[in-house]
Amino acid sequence: MAVHFVRPKLPKLAPDPWAIQFDQDGNLKHLLTIEGLGPQWVKRILDTAEGFMSVTDREIKKVPLLRGRTVVNLFFESSTRTRTTFELAAKRLSADVLNINLSTSATNKGESLLDTLKNIEAMQADMFVVRHDQSGAAHYIARHVAPHVSVLNAGDGRHAHPTQALLDAFTIRRIKGDFAPLRVAIVGDILHSRVARSQIHVLNTLNTGEVRVIAPRTLLPNDVEKLGVRVFHNMREGLKDVDVIIMLRLQRERMEGGLLPSEQEFFRLYGLTEKKLEWAKPDAIVMHPGPINRGVEIDSRVADGPQSVILQQVSNGISVRMAVMALCMGARSEN
Amino acid sequence: MMKTPPNLGIDYDPVRHPEGCRPGIDCERWVIRNARVIDPASDLDSVTDVYIDSGRILAIGQAPEGFADAPSVDGSGQWLIPGVIDSWARLREPGAEHKATVATESYAAVAGGITTLCLPPDTNPVLDTVAVARFVKRRAQLAGRARVLCIGALTQGLKGERLSEMAELAEGGCIAVSNCHYPMRNLRLLKRALEYAATFNILVMIQPEDASLSQNGCAHDGAIACRLGLPGIPVAAETAALAQTLALVEETGAAVHFCNLSAAASVRLLARAKNDGLPVSASVSAHQLWLTEMDSDAFCGNTHVLPPLRTLRDRDALRQAVADGLINCIVSDHQPHEREAKQAPFPQTEPGISSLDTLLPLTLKLVDEKVLTLKQALACLTCNPARQLSLDAGEIAVGARADLALIDPDSFWTLDETTMHSAGQNTPFWGWDFRHRVTRTWVNGKLVYQLSEVD
Repeated sequence: MAVHFVRPKLPKLAPDPWAIQFDQDGNLKHLLTIEGLGPQWVKRILDTAEGFMSVTDREIKKVPLLRGRTVVNLFFESSTRTRTTFELAAKRLSADVLNINLSTSATNKGESLLDTLKNIEAMQADMFVVRHDQSGAAHYIARHVAPHVSVLNAGDGRHAHPTQALLDAFTIRRIKGDFAPLRVAIVGDILHSRVARSQIHVLNTLNTGEVRVIAPRTLLPNDVEKLGVRVFHNMREGLKDVDVIIMLRLQRERMEGGLLPSEQEFFRLYGLTEKKLEWAKPDAIVMHPGPINRGVEIDSRVADGPQSVILQQVSNGISVRMAVMALCMGARSEN
Repeated sequence: MMKTPPNLGIDYDPVRHPEGCRPGIDCERWVIRNARVIDPASDLDSVTDVYIDSGRILAIGQAPEGFADAPSVDGSGQWLIPGVIDSWARLREPGAEHKATVATESYAAVAGGITTLCLPPDTNPVLDTVAVARFVKRRAQLAGRARVLCIGALTQGLKGERLSEMAELAEGGCIAVSNCHYPMRNLRLLKRALEYAATFNILVMIQPEDASLSQNGCAHDGAIACRLGLPGIPVAAETAALAQTLALVEETGAAVHFCNLSAAASVRLLARAKNDGLPVSASVSAHQLWLTEMDSDAFCGNTHVLPPLRTLRDRDALRQAVADGLINCIVSDHQPHEREAKQAPFPQTEPGISSLDTLLPLTLKLVDEKVLTLKQALACLTCNPARQLSLDAGEIAVGARADLALIDPDSFWTLDETTMHSAGQNTPFWGWDFRHRVTRTWVNGKLVYQLSEVD
């Protein structure tokens, strides 16, 4: 069946707000969001990641690309998985890695974000990997760092998590190949999800046949269809003919805000079970950015089942992050 | 920041000088010759001379006796308009002097043609006692620039729990009462506040905002907020509060002035209320007539403002409402900030735009864009707010208070460090070009501002 979906036109913006991601020569310098990268850069990142896959399979899992460079993991919000994969990616590129967990230290002492930044910058860092709980934090940091520093957004508020989206696209490409005939459904808490926003952008950038979101209206932002997605509120309709199902994590505090009545009701309506999985295409793959809430958004039998590629996503994440780091730093060394 | 020239020693407090101005000490005589005098209140628009004496306009056109030696200003090619009345401007004093002071902001005001500033009560301490009002007044006198009038708090400490001593505040010089955008404990208290204020004919100014709907929001709940992942403020945060207040106005008959409307839906509610004959009026800030949510793209912290910038449709509806006279006042909603307040990720920046410098130029730009006629634009800045707030100002007529601004209508200038006077430089209009430039400003017949390039 052919895909019939007319993607709405995105609103026209004032001077390209994402130009900050590139240096004067048009090389990638910061990765803050998928927006503005365009298909060439996304494909270049994915191709570079493909090249790094072999590194991971070697006995000595290291290449000397970033030897002598310092990568600082600046985490203003706690995270284990993302930080670990970034750390591993940097180490496999032979960079020195510094982990700074700021959710507990300086910022609580009243030091401003800018002062924290300048202090760490004075330690001659070459790259900041930033996670922050406020949307726009990575942009703010990129706008204020010294010109020799690259900034990688590892998640800012509800805004963007570009490396996660890239590794998802990478995983889909490895399994499914071309994006044009695919239907991808993103299920769950879109409203609070930076991952979903970046996924939607990356899938649209790669010209995916159709991107769907499935959620109750309380978990969808206003005007979500303007991001270029088709909106469903019902799993049976939303999963029909779908090739890729991306489940999102549901935070438990959403019940208190009056967004959902209970975990049970959410699981009954939107939780991915083997039964609901049958509504999608038989060869559909199941993805999840993690960490998983078993029994809330996804049933264990699906999470651990044959169609799940959740663990592949994690290992692909290292190669994709290596690719992004190498490309961002490469852009600078050519200057 | 300290651009203010030395105090000119002007004192115009009627309480301190019951005998009026002391000739030669407090006041001066002026003749402004050959300016195009535009007064929307009396529909005057002609090239003529204006004679000022003792803080009042003594004559227009015909020279009175004994004015041969009075200092004169040649206004050829310029416009003489009534001084602008800005009915909603934060001056940050008392309480946040690191952002701005009455001295810096009242100077910025007169440099922008504004002669009367109305200070909302969310100062620290809150403007809920006459003592604070007197303090502000004294600071304004010492600065000797624009007239500063106080809007008293509607509830004690703006907490929305107990009524303030409104009658005393009004006697102490407060021109209205308001709870700013702070919530009332419940609607019963709001109803009683309206009734109590109406007892003493005190105008209530309300910035409609439902706190539970706008909670933690920092941008219009629309396409841009969705895309940037910013917590949204729905239009209903404004319309729900507006509709509730309108229901109480209908019940109590109290006069209410709504401040800083931002949405097309609010305009529709207001139109219906006015059609029903309710005693309501409304203002809009100049930036809401120019900017939309699109300007917040790329996380520009200077566009973080409450109520938020909404869609193009909302902006056009607001423009239409001003053109139709439904919204009859344009205000600055001035909120100066220090640099650090805007140095953070977008949601953590403090909301507000420093806008005294741009109020008059942005409004007159609407005339260039054929949104408003010149008369409409000036009326929204002068006689309309004067009438709404029952002020003795805002017109050019014999016997009227000599609050005047002389404007060069064809002097292009750019908003930058050299032309911006407010201590707060947080404006999204940085680098915009404007056509109308204030060259001189008089408050109470005193020349309080003169553009340095003019002789």
